[in-house]
This record gives sequence, C-alpha cells and structure tokens, in this order.
Amino acid sequence: MSGQAVATAAAPPPVARPVLRPTRVPRWALGAVLVGSLCFGIGVGLVAELSSRVQWGLIAGVLFVSTTFALTYAIEGRRLAVDRLAALLVWACFAIAVLPLAALVWETVSRGVAGISWHFLTHSMNGVLSWQSGGGVYHALLGTVQQVLIASVLALPIGLLTAIYLVEYGRGRLARAITFFVDVMTGIPSIVAGLFVLSLWIMTLGFGYSGLAGAMALAVLMMPIVVRSTEEMLKLVPEELREASLALGVPKWRTILKVVLPTAIGGITTGVMLALARIAGETAPIILLVFGNAMINANPFEGAQSSLPLYVYEQWGAGTASSYDRAWAAALVLIAFVMVLNLAARAVARWKAPRTDR
Amino acid sequence: MDPANAGDGTRPGRDGTVRLGDRVFGGLAKGSGITLLLIMAAIAVFLTIRAVVAISRDEGNFLTTFEWDANSHPPVFGIAVLLFGTVVSSLIAIVLAMPVAVGIALFISHYAPRRLAAPIGYLVDLLAAVPSIVYGLWGALYLVPRLTGFYEWLDHLFGWTGILSYNGTPARSLMSVGILLAIMILPIITSVTREIFRQTPRAHQEAALALGATRWEVITTTVLPFGRSGIISATMLGLGRALGETMAVATVLSPSFLINASLLESGGGTFAQNIASQFKEATSMGRDALIASGLVLFVLTLLVNGAARLIIARRREYAGNAG
Repeated sequence: MSGQAVATAAAPPPVARPVLRPTRVPRWALGAVLVGSLCFGIGVGLVAELSSRVQWGLIAGVLFVSTTFALTYAIEGRRLAVDRLAALLVWACFAIAVLPLAALVWETVSRGVAGISWHFLTHSMNGVLSWQSGGGVYHALLGTVQQVLIASVLALPIGLLTAIYLVEYGRGRLARAITFFVDVMTGIPSIVAGLFVLSLWIMTLGFGYSGLAGAMALAVLMMPIVVRSTEEMLKLVPEELREASLALGVPKWRTILKVVLPTAIGGITTGVMLALARIAGETAPIILLVFGNAMINANPFEGAQSSLPLYVYEQWGAGTASSYDRAWAAALVLIAFVMVLNLAARAVARWKAPRTDR
Repeated sequence: MDPANAGDGTRPGRDGTVRLGDRVFGGLAKGSGITLLLIMAAIAVFLTIRAVVAISRDEGNFLTTFEWDANSHPPVFGIAVLLFGTVVSSLIAIVLAMPVAVGIALFISHYAPRRLAAPIGYLVDLLAAVPSIVYGLWGALYLVPRLTGFYEWLDHLFGWTGILSYNGTPARSLMSVGILLAIMILPIITSVTREIFRQTPRAHQEAALALGATRWEVITTTVLPFGRSGIISATMLGLGRALGETMAVATVLSPSFLINASLLESGGGTFAQNIASQFKEATSMGRDALIASGLVLFVLTLLVNGAARLIIARRREYAGNAG
C-alpha cells in the first residue's frame, strides 16, 4: 500500500473508483536511468581525463541513485522513494565490498599461479639471492606445518578441557571470570602474544629463536578460539542425553567422554580446523620468535625456521621483480592452505552435524 | 536443567565418597580453566616487567616524545606518534567499514534473493579467513598505486583543509592503511551483525509490514533498534582487530616519527607496525622499549574489547535470552 492509497481512503470517496494499485515507476525507466548514468560517468571521465576509474564509477553511481530517487519521489511519493534509495544503497554497499575482495582474490591467483611449480614447492631459498629467480617455499611450508601442529598440541588440551569445564562443571565466580577472560583473550593482537613469549621464553628464560617459541604464541592465539567454538558445540548437546547416561549410573566423566563429546565431535572438529586456519596465517609472532631462515630447518625445537606468512613478508621486503613473483606465489600457497582447512572444516560440519533430533 | 548441576560428580554420593575418575577429570577441567587465567595474567606481568625497565631508562617522555631512538645511548623514545597513527588509522577503518558492513549484513538478511543469501554469507566467512599478510601484499602492490589518482582528486576538492592535501608521493599513508584495514575488518563486522539481524523477532517485522511499512521502514523500526547494541559491539570488535593489525600496516605504510597533518601523505606509524619493523635491528634495550609500546597496545585493545563484551552482556540480560 502506498501513501497515496492511504490518502485516497481517508479523503471523501471521489467520483471515480479509487486506484488501489499505486502508480509505479516502470522498470524500463530505471534501466534507462542506469544506462544514462553509466554513459554520463564514462563520458565525463573521458572528457575531463580523470585518471581513476573509481571516479567514473562514483560519478555514474551518484547520478543513478539521485536520479532514481528524484524520479520515484515525483511518481511514487516520499516513502517509496526513501525505500528505493535505501535498497539501492544496500546493493551499493554489497558492490563496494565485493569489488576489493574480488580484486584481492583475482590478483593473488593470477599473479601467483605463474610462480607455482613442483620446483617452487620442493626447494628452499638457500643460496638464492633476492634478484634471482627460482627458489621455493619448501622450508616455509615445512615450518608452517610444524609450528601449527605444535601450537595445536599445546592449545587443544587446555582449550577443550576449559570448554568442558565451562559447560559441564562451571558455576560461580571462577567460571564467570574464565568466560570473561576467554573473550578478552580472543581480542589480543597477535603481535602482543608474540611479545609475551619473547619476554618470557627468550628474554627471561634465555632460550633461542625456534619454531617452538612461535608455536607457543600461536597457541595463546588459538586457545580462546577453541574454547569459544567448543563451548558453543557442547551447549548444543541435548540435556536428555546426559540425563539418560547419568540415570544409568555412568559416572559424569565417562558421560562427558563417551556421550557428550562424541555427539558434538563434528562441531568441535570444525571449530578446531577454523582455529588452525586462523593461526596458520599469522605473521607477527613469527617475526619476533621464529626469526626467519632461508634454509631448511626440520627441527622446530632448535634454531630459526621460516613460515609461509613470514616468507611472503620477506619476499615483499626484498623488493625485486622476482621476489615479488615469489611473494605472490607463496601468498597463493598460503591462501590455498587456509582455504583447504576452511572447506574441510565446513565439510566436517555438514557431515557430522549434531543430531539434535534424536 | 543446567548441565553444570546435572549429577555433579564432585559432590559426595550417598555413601560419602567421590568417584576417583570424576575427581581427576573435574580437576583437570578446572585446572585447564585456571591455566588459561594464569596465561592471561602472565601476559600482563611479563609485558609489564619489561615495560617498566624500558620506561625507567627512557630519557624522553614516554607519552609525548616524537622520537624512537631506543637503541642509542641514552635511549630516547615516546609513543605519541604511534598512538596517533594507531587511533587515526583504526578510526578511518571503522568509519569506512561500519556503514558498509551494516549494509552488507542487511543485504544478506533482508535484500538478497533467497538463493544468493546463503552463498554470500558463506563467502564473507571465507574472506574473514584470508591471512592479513595477503591483504598486506595486495594493499602494497595493488591498492596503493591505484589510490594516487583518487587522492589527487581529493586534494583537488578538499586540499584546502590541510587534512586531505596530497603531494603526489606514493600513497603509503595513514589513509591508505585505514582503507585497507576497512576492507580487512568488513567480513568480521558483517558476520557478527548479520547474526544479530537474523535474530530480529519475526513477529515484529510482520507487525510492521501489516501496518503498511515499506521494507526500509520495517528495517528502521524493527531490525535496527533490535540490533543496535549488536552493531556497536561488532564495530568495537572490528576496532580491536584494526588496532592490533600488524602486517597490513607494515607493508603499506611508509613510516616516520612525525605526525603529518595530511592523512593522505606518508608518515606516522602504529604500535604493531613499529614493533614488526624495528624488531630485527633492536638491541635488548630496544626490545624492552618495543615491549613497552606493546603493553600500551595490549591495554588499548583490552579496553575496546572489554567495552564490546560489556555491551553484549548487557544486551543479553536485557533481551533475556542467549542472543
């Protein structure tokens, strides 16, 4: 119903039958305005020689939105005009967001794919100077996998048990404090986690740079994510399952291990894999704690290593054409690594969704 | 029934004993929770120890000095420029990202065709997982060169303000950092706001529709009021992310220890960027100084995140459900 129809209903009945269907701006008119605005934007851009295409788009967009608003206002009234304006702006928001994100993915894929070869994946940067082509990411890939695995060995037991405590045991002040600090911990910048391990492990306890030190910082970042997601999943487990098990005389700890956890295992796995994907892309703590290494160091407990994100940063910093190529290729490998983890996580989530209907 | 109350094994049974397995498992679970609190405390303690050492040796004023010579004798350093750069770039990011993120969330929850909404939401979540160094690389090699034309235009229109003047040097400035950060935090703000919008009671929306409201009026009268605190807390979570972002700033910004009046010209710095770029050259004194600046960043993000959590918690009490 339009404002017009309401107004007609309120006024004394006119001689002609009231028009129930409001007059709308025809669709072809909107299309014409769109084409017109685009032409105008391109025209102005060409004539005034505006260098940035962004400006062309801006001019066309502003013209299209304002003309449509004016047209709708004149024909359909204020309320519908505002409604249409809002709809256009919401679509514009979507377009604005999609453009850079699509550009990011496209740029990484198109510039990275050329550099990826078997040689790239199986060689290190040992003896390769920054301006030379060749070299590879094997040492970085190895470092990333090792550091992420060690981090999850450190973080998973604490994270899972804390979540179990919060859902199955937690009451009172301690549980509330833990919940609050888990939330706060989620917001710790990765570089601060790196500085913490630097201060404790390297500067106070005197250990050297190693994959292990980096993994500790990654574990600090991973723990709260694991706690949060596991907590959500455990809360989804129906109370009847626990009660049924307890009523059979099963001890609480066996109930948790044998009934609650298996029911939620799909969701928990998903959460863990998403957390892995998150920490695999962290660079800042790696700079501070693993230090970077052009050679293969297969021992994460001793000596500097490399990692994929750090490798991208180093190659970017080297600033030559061939190092940029390597940076893009490594960025693509990193994105692929993270996306595979993500997609696998979603697949697990779908495959083992908690069956609340049982 | 609250799971925590269900057959709590830590309470003695009828015969007064507690099962050993329950005691061990319950203890482990509780111990993990306490470990987590201890880690949190250790972070604060170990940052503070180093920071105190650094600040006591600082020959400049830690808060107001426009210099970072922590490696020289005597060390002179201050966080004024870093604090300015961190806050300004994050604010730019939030101002740019928040309206767009709310728009995308509305698009997914209320405007997109049904068949598109789910894949788009899924895509947004995937984009939240793109590592920050990839954003950094893209920002430095793709975005920055393309911003110069736009900045020249801004300079042409608003150059007289001084804040938006531009001298044509590569656009490795706080504004570029802000724009890149905005792109990076879009997915996270969007996914949180979208969840809140989705929870808007159906009855409210249908009531508004029944009164003849247009789609936009439904949104302004039901969805946005319901989601207001959610939008605020999502924005603050995004702000926390932006404050602590390292790699995207380290790659895009061309740092200096001067505050440039123009946001479009290079210069300035942020806490995280300064730590990442100075670390390799830092002496042990220099590291202490970097840790001191890290402590300030830590406190800053704690405040922002704490505030966001409080808003969420208050809303949860108010709404009376675990929203």
